[in-house]
Formats: sequence, structure tokens, C-alpha cells
Amino acid sequence: MSVGEAELQRDRAERRRGLFLALPSFVYMILFFALPLVIVLVYSFATRTSSGSTSLSNWNLDAYRKLGEPIVRNVVVRSIVLAVITTAICLVVAYPFAWFCAHQRPNVRNLLLVAVMIPFWTNFLVRNYAWRILLSTGGPLSSLTERIGIGETNLLFTKTAVVIGLVYAFLPFMILPLYASIDRIDGRLIEAGRDLYGSGSQTFRRIVLPLTMPGVIAGSILVFVPSMGAYVTPELLGGGKETLLGSYIVTQFLTARNWPVGASMSFVLMAVMLVSTIIYFRAGGKNL
Amino acid sequence: MLIFLYAPIILLVVYSFSASRIPGQWGGFTSEWYVKLFEDPRIQRTIGVSIRVALVSTVISTMLGTMSALALERFKFRGKRVFDALLYLPIIIPDVTMAVMMLMFFTQAFDLLNLVFGIGLSKGFATIVVSHIAFNIAYVSVVVRARVAGMDATLEQAASDLYASRWQAFRYVTLPLIAPGVLGGALLAITLSLDDVVVTQFVAGPGSTTLPVYVFSLIRKGVTPTINAVSVIMLVASLILVAGSVGLQRASAARGRQQLRTTGGK
Amino acid sequence: MNIRTKHIGVALVAGMLSLSACGGGGDSAASECEAGQTDGDLFLYNWSDYMDPDLITKFQDEYGVTVTEDFYDSNETMQPIIAAGNSGYDVIVPSDYMVSILIGDGSVQKLQQAAIPNIANLSSDFYPAPYDPTGEYTVGYQWGTTGLGVDLEVLGPDTPHTWGLVFDPELSANFDGKIILLNDPRETMGAALKYLGYSLNSTNPDELAEATQVVADAVGRIAAFDSDQYSELLATGESLLSHGYSGNMLYDVVLDNPDRYTYFVPDEGGTIWTDNMAVVFDAPHPCTAHTFINFMLDAENGAALTNYNLYASPNAASAQYIDAEVLANPIIYPTDTSKLEFITNTGDYETNFSDALSEAKG
Repeated sequence: MSVGEAELQRDRAERRRGLFLALPSFVYMILFFALPLVIVLVYSFATRTSSGSTSLSNWNLDAYRKLGEPIVRNVVVRSIVLAVITTAICLVVAYPFAWFCAHQRPNVRNLLLVAVMIPFWTNFLVRNYAWRILLSTGGPLSSLTERIGIGETNLLFTKTAVVIGLVYAFLPFMILPLYASIDRIDGRLIEAGRDLYGSGSQTFRRIVLPLTMPGVIAGSILVFVPSMGAYVTPELLGGGKETLLGSYIVTQFLTARNWPVGASMSFVLMAVMLVSTIIYFRAGGKNL
Repeated sequence: MLIFLYAPIILLVVYSFSASRIPGQWGGFTSEWYVKLFEDPRIQRTIGVSIRVALVSTVISTMLGTMSALALERFKFRGKRVFDALLYLPIIIPDVTMAVMMLMFFTQAFDLLNLVFGIGLSKGFATIVVSHIAFNIAYVSVVVRARVAGMDATLEQAASDLYASRWQAFRYVTLPLIAPGVLGGALLAITLSLDDVVVTQFVAGPGSTTLPVYVFSLIRKGVTPTINAVSVIMLVASLILVAGSVGLQRASAARGRQQLRTTGGK
Repeated sequence: MNIRTKHIGVALVAGMLSLSACGGGGDSAASECEAGQTDGDLFLYNWSDYMDPDLITKFQDEYGVTVTEDFYDSNETMQPIIAAGNSGYDVIVPSDYMVSILIGDGSVQKLQQAAIPNIANLSSDFYPAPYDPTGEYTVGYQWGTTGLGVDLEVLGPDTPHTWGLVFDPELSANFDGKIILLNDPRETMGAALKYLGYSLNSTNPDELAEATQVVADAVGRIAAFDSDQYSELLATGESLLSHGYSGNMLYDVVLDNPDRYTYFVPDEGGTIWTDNMAVVFDAPHPCTAHTFINFMLDAENGAALTNYNLYASPNAASAQYIDAEVLANPIIYPTDTSKLEFITNTGDYETNFSDALSEAKG
């Protein structure tokens, strides 16, 4: 047997193993996700009847044309800006914390991770109500800032409140993947970096950050994407004064009962996300 | 950091003792809501459903998600790109869209099954679990991949050269290496499952709702501090669970050290 | 159905869809039910905190069936769940405009009048209702109004009863930006239409454009658009003027503090709404459903419900059993109902209301 043939055989075996590992999820996802998704795809080409039900007898692209309207464009732009801000803050806040976690003894480390998650095992509506109280006029935060001399901060029903609420809601989504990738770094590499570059910031930029890039990317996606679609938190803390993508889609599906537009909006959103994810990955990949 | 995470939680605990029905209005101290909670069979039932759904969906999705993460990061196989993209969709799909599509899917699939095979199925616990797994696999896989990506594969290769079985190589080398990612993924899955309202609402059957769906349905007529009380109880229960497992870890670690010492002494 | 596609997958799914559409369409050949007959346990899908638990117990004891009650937070979440079929629910309690949607979709079945002799108890004001003109599908459950809850400390006891409190730049300035409007296209655009003197069901695009401008001008003075917590926020002082439904305002704010807060429907007029009982098209237990509806329309039971949740009863025969102070309360039973309008389904025009609100918000 030649070397080439052996390699080929090993390659084949590897492919079989890969497929074997992926197969259960693959089948599951096709059956319980892709198939249902096709239904929505079909709906996106259908028409809303005057009674608000969906007619499948007349295929067209009307629902997609609606996306060109200025209202929709504003909604999309506004949502992207909000999601970018949320993701950036989450990243800046979560990174040092994940770093700190990863450098504790294993026991403490697991404890910290669980401590991050436990607040989220309470009810999300009640959590949002708690934020309402915290941020309210004359509420705890306002009294605190007044006492330390910054003056009253009545943040409830402002954009700041929305950002705070979203950062809070999605922070664990950033911490977990970051932690998973930071924890992987070999401490000796950092020492070597210190010896090589001297400065801490150089070591961070040239060694640590590239090594943790998979975590940064995964975390950013897990925060950015749900921020784009979030609607309960923005409405409870921001007062629903600005329409965001999440609430727009909900309105289309439920209130206006315009399933074709709701569906087409979702598909455009998903396509944009998928493409930007791939670009983000490629960009991140260069640093790896 | 922990202050930021726990500030609303402290407030939530405080208001679970407020005599006023209205969130944010302090009406004096009371434990009435806790009494109500223990008298309310509906809340107890929904908590039960929530916990069972979270456990089952977390276990299954953690296994499937970890397998997919390994497959995607370590192996080449046919259809990999499609699989990769497919696994991202549950993360980027808007909640309500997934809810509507699962609702349509289940009712139509059940109609079809009924028509063709005469099997009468209905929505309930199983449909909730199936839907939760569908979105959780994706989240678990992302977190585990962040761990596996770029991890040195030579150790595993060495292990598979040494050991007889692939399973052993996985069990004693790969799994410990990726464990933090798996733990993170599982934590995320359990959290998502315990928090989901929109999808669950649409795929639940009569009498099978989870706690968050029940709580959300109260929003129109007012969410009373009973729900705060529920949250506090769940908080305390999870703290006890965590403390217990830490204690267990300590104990087993101590036993391990002791064993080492005794064997070393011989 | 015309499917011009060669893609087999799509055709298959479309086929499935049409199958289910056929299944869900017309009234199924429901078995005849007699008054008082039951055919299994009852599955009730209702608003939360809207049913007197004692009535449920009474029904269970009287007929020997178990009642399982689930709740929904809005008509809009209930509707697709019911319309999809196989929901497992027997009786739902949709609001007026939703009734016409459900009837249009074939999501509710015709009532068997013979099984509901207590229909005779209903007031002629509410039966038949404009959204179910023949009265074949629904019977009233409770009714109320949409108006304004006000903190009287701002303008005093003589606060004028007008939508201008929200939409007039000078009047609304008194509330210092602490105004909450419902996050509901029909209600909020309707309020602006009423302020301008139009019908809240107007399908004249010019009138809607005018109303959109009115709301857009007010957005800067509005704290939040919120359909769920308007009364709680009024109670905590986060809001000084809230747009919302009569019952919640009464229960959360006015009852405890009648000197400080009040609720009224502005003189320009406003929404009157009803919630109604209907039998789901594929109800697993249609006879129990009819028996339950008949039970709820009983004069004493209807009164018990109103005494419990403080919403007005469409049941004329119940009046004698309703507490006197409930009957005398103008928030529950408004003295002048002439300027009140039901929200009616405007068909194709409906999406214009939600677009108008989105546009007004900017």
C-alpha cells in the first residue's frame, strides 16, 4: 500500500467520524428546524388577505418590497446601532471579568461562572421590573448618584436604560465563550510575550487577543444577534418610543397579522446576519 | 461586576416582601406572597414543567451540541458548510418567527400524521422540549467551539495512538480539555430554557405551560410579588445546589489527596 | 389552489398547508348538545385574573368535570394558537375586534343556541353585538372602556375631561413628560382620531395622516408607550397621566386613592370594548363548552363575576345581584355611553394603523 493510499484511507475514516459526530444534530436540525423554516419561507412569498389571514394562491415578492420603505430602513439602522453599542460594552465589561475568572483556582472558577448565571435563573419579566425600579425617578440609582454628587439620573424610558438593560440581559452570553477561550491560553506564552515585548499592552495585542479571538467572535455574535431582535427589554425600559426590529417583526406577525412581511423581514435579517457573521469570522480568522 | 449582576436581584428579593401588589411600590413588610405561592397549585405545576423541560433539553442539547462542535472544528465531512450555516440559524432567527414556525410545523405535522397513519398527537411537554433542544444545540455548539477552536489536537492523537479505544481517548483526554466549554454551554442552555417565553407559549398545549409563560400571561392584569417570591425560591434552591456540589467537589478532592498520601506513605 | 412551481419541496409543504386549511375551514359537523350536557373536562383559555375561582369550583362541583385554565397576555398571541388548530382548548374569551377576525378565519364555531338557554339574560345592548351581528358565534363576558387615568394633584379636581390632556401642547405640558399611552395601534391612533373629532374606525387616509401628526407631535412629551403597566406606573408616580383600560385603573389606582386619582373617558368619546365567550372550532369537548357558557350567563353567576373582577356585565338579568356600589360606580358603568365606539375590523386598512403608529414614533 502506497503512502498516498494510506493517507486517503485515513482521510476517509476521518470524514466518516466527522459525519458520525455531526449526524444526530444534523438530522435533528433538518427535521425540527429546517423543515419548519421552509413553512415560513413559503409564507414570505404569500399575500395577506383583507381579513388578515395568509393566502398562498398568489405568489409574489410584495412582502420583500415593503422592506425598501423608509420606516423599515430607519428601524433597521436604529437596531444595528443599538446592537453594536450593546455588544461593544458587553465585550469591554466581560473581558476583564472572564480573564479574572480564568485565573482563579478551579473551584473558585466554577463558582464564579455559576454566580454569573444564577441571576438569570430568576424570571426575566421580574428582572426587567427590578431594573425599572432601579432606574426610576427618585429610584435607588438616582439617589445614589445624587448622594455622590453627580445629580439625579432619571434614566427610565431613555436610550441609556435600554442599553443598560440589554447589556445586563446578554452579558453572560459574552462571558461564557470568552472564559472558555481565555482559559485555554498557555500561561507560558504570556510570559514569553512579556519577555519579548516588555509592555503588557503589546503582549495583550499581539498574543492574548489573537489567541482569544474565537471567544471574542462567538461572544459578539451571541450578544449582537439577540440584541438586534430584542423587544421586551427595549419596550419595558425604553418605553417603546422607538420601533426596533424585534418589535417591528412581532407587530407584523401578531398585531398587523401580516405574516408575509413578518416572514420576509425575518429572512432578510437572517441573511444579513449570516453574511456579516461569515465576514466577521474571515476577518477574525486572519488574526488566528 | 457582581454588583451590577446582583443589584436587580437584591431589589427583586426585597420587593418579594412588599405588601403592595404593585411593583415598585413599597407597602410594608409581608410574607403573604410566599404563603400564596405555597397555596397555588398552578405555580407549582408550572415550576415543575419548567424544571423538567430545562433538564431534559439541556442534557440532550449539550450532548448533541458538543458532538457538532467537535465535528465542525476537528473534521472534514460532506455537507459541513450546510451544517455550519444550519447551526447558526436558531441563534439569528427572531423569537417570534421561530415561535410561529414551530406552531405551524407541529400542527401540520400532527394533522398529516393523523391523516396518514391515524396517530393523534397533541402539543405539550414533548413539543416544548423538542423546540428548546432545536435552539439550544446551536448555543451549546457555539460556546464549545470557542473552546475547541485552535486547541492543540496532538494530545488527542497521542492518546488515540496509546489507547485502544477512541472512546477512552475522548473520555480521558478530549473531554477534560473541553470541559469548561461544555459546562459553559450547558449553563447557557439551562438559562435559555428557563427563560424562554415566546417559543414555549406557541408550542405548549393546554395545562402544560412553563413558569415564564405563565408569568408573562399575567402581565396584562398585573404581575404580583408572588412571582418575585418564586424567583427568590429558585434562587435559593440553585444556591443550595451549587453550594452542595462545591462541598462535594471539596470532599472528593480531599479524599483524593488523602488517598495519595496513604499510598505515598507505603 | 394554483401552484406554479416545479420545486417539489415547496409543493409538498403547500400541499400540507392546504390540507390543514381544509381541515380548519368550515364548521365541523359538531354533535348536537343539549342544555347541561357534558362530554369531558373543560379547557379554558382566558385572560389572567379574569375569572372568579369560586365560579370554577362551583362549575366543577355542579357538573363533575375538571376545569383547566390557561392564560394569554393578548388577543394577538391567542389568535394564531387557536387558528393553527389542535390547540386543545374548548372556550376562549376574545375581545370584540378579535371576534370578527376569528369568525372570518373560521376559528370559532357556531353556538348551539338550544344548549344555552341563558342567552336570554343578555342585555340587548350587547347581544347581538356589532362585531357578531347575528349573534351566532359569541356571547358577552364582560365589558369596559378605554380612557385616561389622571393624577389629580397636577391640575386639581377640575381637570378637564379631554384627550387634549395628551395631545394639546399647552394642556399636556402640565404633565411634565410623564404621560403613558397604550402601545396599541388601534387604541392610540383611535384616541388621536377622537381628539380630532373623527371616528376611531375612520378609514379615511387623510384623517389618519392628521392623527399621525398629532401623535408624532406628542411623542416628545410621552414617557412611554405601554399596554401592560400603565396603571402600576401611575400608582408609583412614574406617570401622571395614563391611557388605559377602566378595570385596571380602578383596581390598581383609584380604589385605594379616590381623592388623588380618577379615571374617565374624555368627552370627545373613546373606546368601549367587550370580551366574549366563544367555542373553538375544533374544541375537543363542545358540549361541556356550551354548558360552561350557559353557566356563566346565569344571572347570579354573571353577577358574582362582576363583583369579583369589577368589570361591567353584559348580563341584564345579573343587575339585581350586583353590589349596589359597583352598579353606581361611573368608572365601571359609565353614565353616558353615546360617544363610545367599538373598534371594528377594517380589513385591508388594518395595517395602516400599525404603520401610522410606527411612523408617529419616528
